[in-house]
Amino acid sequence: MNFDDTPHEAAFRAEARAWIDANAPKHLLPHLEKAGFGGIELGGLDPMKEAKAWQKKKYDAGWACLHWPKEYGGRGASPIERVIWNQEEGPYAALSGSFIIGHGMCGPTVMDWGPEEAKRELLPRLAAGEDIWCQLFSEPAGGSDLAGLRTKAERDGDDWVINGQKIWTSGAHYSQWGILITRTDPDVPKHKGLTMFFLRMDTPGVRIVPIKQANGQSGFNEVYFDNVRIPDKQRLGGVGEGWKVSLTTLMNERLSIGSGMSAGFPDIFEFCKELELADGTLAINDRGVRSKLAEWACRQSGLKYTGMRAISALSRGENPGPENSIGKLVAGSSLQEIAMFALDLQGQAGAVSDPKLAAMAAKFQAQLLRSPATRVEGGTDEILRNIIGERVLGLPDDMRADKGVPFNKIPTA
Amino acid sequence: MDFEFSAEQQQLKEQARRYLADKCPTTAVRAILEGSEPFDRALWQGLGEMGFLGAAIPEEYGGLGLGYLELCVIAEELGRALAPVPVSSSIFLVAEILKAAGNEEQKQKWLPKLASGEVIGTLASVEATGSVRPSNVALSAKAGTLTGAKSPVLDGDIADIAIVLARHAPGKDAQGLSLYLVELNQSGIERTVLETIDPTRSQAKIAFNGAAAELVGAAGDGWRLYEEALDRAAILTGFEQIGGADKALEMGRDYALQRFAFGRAIGSFQAIKHMLADMYVSATLARSNGYFGAYALSTGSADLAEAAATMRVSSTKAFQHCAKNNIQVHGGMGFTWAMDCHLYYRRSNLLAVSLGGLNEWEDKLIDRLRAKNAA
Repeated sequence: MNFDDTPHEAAFRAEARAWIDANAPKHLLPHLEKAGFGGIELGGLDPMKEAKAWQKKKYDAGWACLHWPKEYGGRGASPIERVIWNQEEGPYAALSGSFIIGHGMCGPTVMDWGPEEAKRELLPRLAAGEDIWCQLFSEPAGGSDLAGLRTKAERDGDDWVINGQKIWTSGAHYSQWGILITRTDPDVPKHKGLTMFFLRMDTPGVRIVPIKQANGQSGFNEVYFDNVRIPDKQRLGGVGEGWKVSLTTLMNERLSIGSGMSAGFPDIFEFCKELELADGTLAINDRGVRSKLAEWACRQSGLKYTGMRAISALSRGENPGPENSIGKLVAGSSLQEIAMFALDLQGQAGAVSDPKLAAMAAKFQAQLLRSPATRVEGGTDEILRNIIGERVLGLPDDMRADKGVPFNKIPTA
Repeated sequence: MDFEFSAEQQQLKEQARRYLADKCPTTAVRAILEGSEPFDRALWQGLGEMGFLGAAIPEEYGGLGLGYLELCVIAEELGRALAPVPVSSSIFLVAEILKAAGNEEQKQKWLPKLASGEVIGTLASVEATGSVRPSNVALSAKAGTLTGAKSPVLDGDIADIAIVLARHAPGKDAQGLSLYLVELNQSGIERTVLETIDPTRSQAKIAFNGAAAELVGAAGDGWRLYEEALDRAAILTGFEQIGGADKALEMGRDYALQRFAFGRAIGSFQAIKHMLADMYVSATLARSNGYFGAYALSTGSADLAEAAATMRVSSTKAFQHCAKNNIQVHGGMGFTWAMDCHLYYRRSNLLAVSLGGLNEWEDKLIDRLRAKNAA
């Protein structure tokens, strides 16, 4: 029961640390350490340009997409080495936000299912940050029922012709490539009639429309497909195998652990240590405040040590256990509760969201407005509870009204 | 990173689980709940013979000399089985206090007997309703004798010795407090059994009428030794709570799989499914915090106080949550005497207060986090 590296891990860590110390963009550190919700701000510098520069530097030295095979741009690192790298990269990892989907989801999918020629050509560019990829999965009519998607692909000679629409596509507006799941056979039950492709985002017929979020920002998009042609050599996996391929994508999302999600305790703790209440006492000395802080402290700590148990499994060469499924479920609602509590402590001033005026540069106001998304994206709280109930606890699946029913016979609104 | 129990410790855990499945099925717990015996004597003796009680007591003092990690896995299994025996008083508190503060003579005299189970020990600190504070400890020590009363004392009716928090100097401050060891089978002691929410762990009022007592540790060190003892016990009891929470969750899950209503297993309804998922989240957070507690205890970490408070808050909430919602999943049956659900409910609520409640430990946690940040 310890936090020690094995000799091999210690050597790897020393190597990573030395390279980062010699090569990281240290002038950006003050900005990166303040990175909060809704992207990074680099005091006038272009975040995308800085992100790509850092990514290229890592790639040239063999530190990009560590766990990928060397022929695709990585260094064949083990899962635990990847974790150690992430720990050492620390705040500099905040620069890589735009690459997360490409590196974490699209790349592994192409690697497992794509033609060799395309892999050799595209994956190194993805690892180097030269291309950004997005994931075209969700649709307006689908919601959590991803397999209920309607965007269709019809064979025409050597090509497929795509018509339909995707939604919530993060980063589509700055992506060069995307992976796309489509319906190729509406006459069979929904999971069986899907096929996955990859395509350039500037393919004729692709129209990207930004979505304005409830918090005023715009990170994701609708993507319309109007007779878009994709060559068959850009298919990932077999015709009708799309669901199986998409599981690779979604599984990789879940395997990215190590840094873990914060449940928001450190900020509210800092805030309460400084804030004076009406009677002159500090918030941190108020019994009611302390009780709530203790709850959030225990969640934060619980998530941290759950992550460490998972890292220990990786260090032993095993898969992490199912306990990792609790991370986003705990963090999402905690962040929202904390934001509301922080505003409550600020009194009427809690409504002011100007970073120059509000406490802690209006961090809690931003958190209030962003946190509803955390409880929905990447699996809603309800879906996550279903997954825990069914896959971890072994409870029976929900009854489904569309099981075994041909897609084009499933009732809709 | 090796933030996990070792293979040997896992084996010990499985051994303890098998032993308790055999020697402590819920019928054994019910026998104590419903009968007149205050604890399961045969089980207690067996735990002593197996070496489980002495897992963290050094070999030179009659124990197995393994360590805290081994004691933690044993504690979890005892909690899971709701073992109706005074382990937490005798081993998690009294043996630990003697290890930390007893003189050589006291260690040689008592530790071997605590390890074998021949002697049962308990900690007597509470006098008033509400949290134990220096200002509400009035029981006084004078010329080697104690006068006053303690109530409630967990396992107070069955213990052979007690470590007592008493006032050696008049006043209301912590400096006037010391710990004393009292042999309870003497004329100056009067004990009254108390009715409690969990009859599987007996409690008593102990009146001290000029009872002979010997100092444990230095005079004036009582409050510090007491708080440190509570921290260690919070982690060990925390493992009992984690074991109980997991078992309550499993009971609920198993019931939801086989109970049918409206044409299907009730576990297929989202309300039940999500309730069980939330119990899993609580239990998982508590277990992970528990691992850190085990680490801190076994390494004597500077973070021990913070780890103890985190674990106490986390495991207390998890066990209460899982036990109460296990009843909910069982519906009406969960409220019957015959189903085991209430056994876990009672124990979870006893353990929630037995070392001081959430309000005290939440306070300790925040104070300790502030101290850490300030350092």
